Amino acid sequence: MPAQLFEERIEGEEKIEPRDWMPEEYRRTLIRQISQHAHSEIVGMLPEGNWVTRAPSLKRKAILLAKIQDEAGHGLYLYAACETLGVSREDLLSELHSGKAKYSSIFNYPALSWADMGAIGWLVDGAAIMNQIPLCRTSYGPYARAMVRICKEESFHQRQGYEIMLTLSRGTEVQKQMAQDALNRWWWPSLMMFGPGDADSVHSLQNLRWKIKRFSNDELRQRFVDMTVPQAELLGLNIPDPLLRWNPDRNHYDFGPIDWDEFWNVVRGNGPCNRERLHDRVNAHEEGAWVRDAAIAHAIKQRNRQAPVAS
Amino acid sequence: MKDWPLYEVFIRSRSGLNHKHVGSLHAADPQMAIEHARDVYTRRMEGVSIWVVESSRLHASDPTENDAFFEPSQDKIYRHPTFYDLPDEVKHM
Repeated sequence: MPAQLFEERIEGEEKIEPRDWMPEEYRRTLIRQISQHAHSEIVGMLPEGNWVTRAPSLKRKAILLAKIQDEAGHGLYLYAACETLGVSREDLLSELHSGKAKYSSIFNYPALSWADMGAIGWLVDGAAIMNQIPLCRTSYGPYARAMVRICKEESFHQRQGYEIMLTLSRGTEVQKQMAQDALNRWWWPSLMMFGPGDADSVHSLQNLRWKIKRFSNDELRQRFVDMTVPQAELLGLNIPDPLLRWNPDRNHYDFGPIDWDEFWNVVRGNGPCNRERLHDRVNAHEEGAWVRDAAIAHAIKQRNRQAPVAS
Repeated sequence: MKDWPLYEVFIRSRSGLNHKHVGSLHAADPQMAIEHARDVYTRRMEGVSIWVVESSRLHASDPTENDAFFEPSQDKIYRHPTFYDLPDEVKHM
């Protein structure tokens, strides 16, 4: 009976809210997806943190800080949404720190030059937006609401990234080369962000049926390519794919095969920065322990000091 | 109290509007909850006033009882203005 009601509500585009009945598998899937998403926001701050002290101007530094602060906020919205499903923040964090939970593999690549701050904003945030906009209509209410906030804020991230690329590509020959090099390194990992092809995607079908996902990985990837190619042309940069060309029959760009061995290798923990990222994250958490403890001690002291007052 | 408790956050987006639930966050005490809510939920001038309440202090209706609980509002159609047929000559009522 509740199962049937649940299916009807999904069918009728009604949102599911925390205290509503839901199948265990729906709950588990959401916990996995939302927590992975939250972890990605948090780990995603690390490659950028590398450039805060070396941004080329005060303006760029302030912008980068604001972007990183947004990402911390996005992580928090998502952790909070995930907690409405009955899982604790502490458990979520310990799954990240033990390496059991995954985060987006893109953050296991290094940010080697300032141009990477441009390429990450333009491509990585661009791909993330492509994934996230349909999630504003996902069937679980708290997740959908978090995504609406995130999408509103994410657009600045992509635009500032593209602007960095634009500035570099109109700069000196060396600067243009930096921009091209960043595009070369981030292009394929960005396409991998949409996940395995539809034929190999384990969770896709059920997630589409439950309206957790609204479009398949391959559909979103194609949309991203179609949107991004003209933007690269405008920059005067070359997308590193000899097979990329417009296909008038499909009305889409055809593109070359993705190296899924590389993708799975990074997912399994062997990317260039997996260990460093996890180490930095665990370190930040452990070194912040005294702050959390001190805040609790302060709260208890304050509470004991205030005698109850009748109002 | 090992973990910071959860707070629900309500924001008044501008004066004249009511506070609206925007999400939740963890904080050691109410003051910190308000400051975190400012940093997390009002970075782009989304609010002029913040309420926080410990989530454990919130009481809610039971969604599994919705049919019975909200039933009294469904069977009294005479509460709606459209229930009444008036002649067309009566304007603006």
